[in-house]
Amino acid sequence: MAFLEATNIRKEYTGHLALNDVSISVEQGRIFGLLGPNGAGKTTLIRIINGITAPDKGTISFNNEPFSAVHLSQIGYLPEERGLYKKMKVGEQALYLARLKGLSKKDALRQLKYWFEKFEIQAWWDKKVEELSKGMQQKIQFITTVLHEPRFLIFDEPFSGFDPINANLLKEEILGFKKKGATIIFSTHNMESVEELCDDIALIHRSNNILSGTVKDIKNRYKDNVYQVVFSGFVNMLEATLRHQYEITGHTEKDGLHTLNFKMTDKSVTTNQVISSLLPIGNIVSFNEILPSMNDIFINVVKEKNLE
Amino acid sequence: MSKTGIIIQREYSTRVKKKSFIIMTILGPILMAALFIAPAWIATMEDNEVKTIAVLDSSYLFRHSMQQTETIRFTYIKNKKLNEIEKVMNDSNYYAVLFIPQNILASQRVELSSTKQPSLPVKMHIKNCISREIELLKLAKSNIDPALLESIKTDINISTIKLEADGSKVKTSTELNSVVGLVSAILIYMFIFMYGAQIMRGVIEEKTSRIVEVIISSVRPLELMMGKIIGVAMVGLTQFALWIILTFALVSAAKGILMPDKPMDMQTLQMNSIMNNPAVGNDMTAGSGQPQIDPNEIELAFEAINSINYGTMLLSFIFFFLGGYLLYGALFAAIGGAVDSDADTQQFMMPVTIPLILGVVVLQGAITNPEGPVAFWFSIIPFTSPIVMMARIPFGVPIWEIALSAALLILTFIACTWLAAKIYRTGILMYGKKVNYRELYKWLRYRNY
Repeated sequence: MAFLEATNIRKEYTGHLALNDVSISVEQGRIFGLLGPNGAGKTTLIRIINGITAPDKGTISFNNEPFSAVHLSQIGYLPEERGLYKKMKVGEQALYLARLKGLSKKDALRQLKYWFEKFEIQAWWDKKVEELSKGMQQKIQFITTVLHEPRFLIFDEPFSGFDPINANLLKEEILGFKKKGATIIFSTHNMESVEELCDDIALIHRSNNILSGTVKDIKNRYKDNVYQVVFSGFVNMLEATLRHQYEITGHTEKDGLHTLNFKMTDKSVTTNQVISSLLPIGNIVSFNEILPSMNDIFINVVKEKNLE
Repeated sequence: MSKTGIIIQREYSTRVKKKSFIIMTILGPILMAALFIAPAWIATMEDNEVKTIAVLDSSYLFRHSMQQTETIRFTYIKNKKLNEIEKVMNDSNYYAVLFIPQNILASQRVELSSTKQPSLPVKMHIKNCISREIELLKLAKSNIDPALLESIKTDINISTIKLEADGSKVKTSTELNSVVGLVSAILIYMFIFMYGAQIMRGVIEEKTSRIVEVIISSVRPLELMMGKIIGVAMVGLTQFALWIILTFALVSAAKGILMPDKPMDMQTLQMNSIMNNPAVGNDMTAGSGQPQIDPNEIELAFEAINSINYGTMLLSFIFFFLGGYLLYGALFAAIGGAVDSDADTQQFMMPVTIPLILGVVVLQGAITNPEGPVAFWFSIIPFTSPIVMMARIPFGVPIWEIALSAALLILTFIACTWLAAKIYRTGILMYGKKVNYRELYKWLRYRNY
């Protein structure tokens, strides 16, 4: 059994079906990406997992136990619509949110001390939130999400609204939590921003789960054997060699470096053979396989299943 | 501590620490105390200044009739014309010149000239003196003995006596009952409005600052809503308690400083005198010194004060106070949840404020006729009962009526909170959507925990 099982979740708002029998299962200690365009139903699913709203049908279970209020203290949730009390002091506010998650005052203060020292922001303790810059507020928001050391972290559109420095910090900290064994869900429409972080994904489109599995499997399933070679030297000869055997799908030149994309259709040919045939002709700068991006896969699946 | 407890604590401590709360808490009693003290203080101020008034009596009728008081003196001037005196008014010590024309009996008009506008007590005193003298003259002309007339004058006191079920008699005062009822009803109305609006603004604040979803991932929306309602109620009670304590402290401190020689509380004195004998009140404004109160009347007033059943009064005040507040508090929270900003609250405020205002409108009628059908029904219907019932209770209301009203209030409170919570928890997660009543009705049917 997976760490989190959402089975046949259905949720309907008047005149609008938000989730249509959606099931996902998230394995312990992995990063799960819930991907899909805006309005697909991701946030509704996440709110159901968080117990903020109830499904019309379907069940949620954590560690084989049906979801209940006791699990709330094990979840760290950063919603898409997030903020802090503007007039409240930073320290007081962080303490309040930690205590709502079930931490005792003493534990909360200890944890806060750790994080404030780690981010070197002790001086902000007595400042009002509205006195802080946007980036500073984001740091506080992140701390309040993870303060109670949740085993399960849920981030809805995690990087939207975060500046690049804080986004990176967030990524690093999240990977740190993964190392410690936490299970993580990312929900986003911006698939590029998370695909290198995710182990597993589910694609949500118009209230349905249209594709799920490990990133590796999905990429392999949808790859079209396109390779890219970047080199300098006799372009015509190289192009002729490749064209002889493969279909060239693109060719660009910049500062004397040529980038060629080609498709290998013959599965019996290994990449080593291709490289050795190219070696005498020019100076290879890089050679790599082009895997489809999640965006491409998503568009492909939608087309394939005629869901448009 | 439970999560609701933590929420109550935050709502309370952030509000109590606000500058606006502290300022209002200090300013309120000062204003209240000023309201009580200022008239008395002004009266003492005026007492100290002795005003001398020049009297030019062309009719020669008022030689002995202008009575001196502690602060008003009269000097009779002979052999001078009015304009001669008027010319030197600025250099003289005279406060004013009173000119009594020769034909005073026919014209019934005198002139009071002064450089400043003469004060009301001075005017009243002169008027009283002259009219009394003219009355005496007229009586003499008609051969009526003034003593006889005095003996004919009658002032009737009505002692209202309430017959209790056990046969005992209690002396009551309709006026006092009205005042007590009115004050408690208005207090409840004010409290609901002031602090209901605070709940609403608190909810809107959480929505606009986008913290609400963070919080309800830790606590149930109902816990958040109730925590806020209770927290705000405690802020309100704190403020009221501080107001009462500070007002008493200020009034007694001021009384000690300004009127050290007057043993009786000026304010009760004033209230009693006005309530029981309007004429005495008038005399006071006339500046004739100490109000003369019939000792019998004071006794009556005290008996009436004692006649109110303070146990029932206090218990029912607390009950209707909290009941009304909780009922409306939940509705205000729902409004806050449904809208995005203060500006959008108008359309939903209407149905909530109308019953409240209706309660105040009916109040007047309920006090004049506490047993009438209007007073009865509005004190039973839950949305107006906290206000109207409080106005009736000092007059004595049968227990079954109070019990019925209270039971209905509790039931309505539970139903309203249940409905409000449904709207609230859907609303707080909706952003940028213009909400109408049809939308709200749909929200009631969404499934939630």
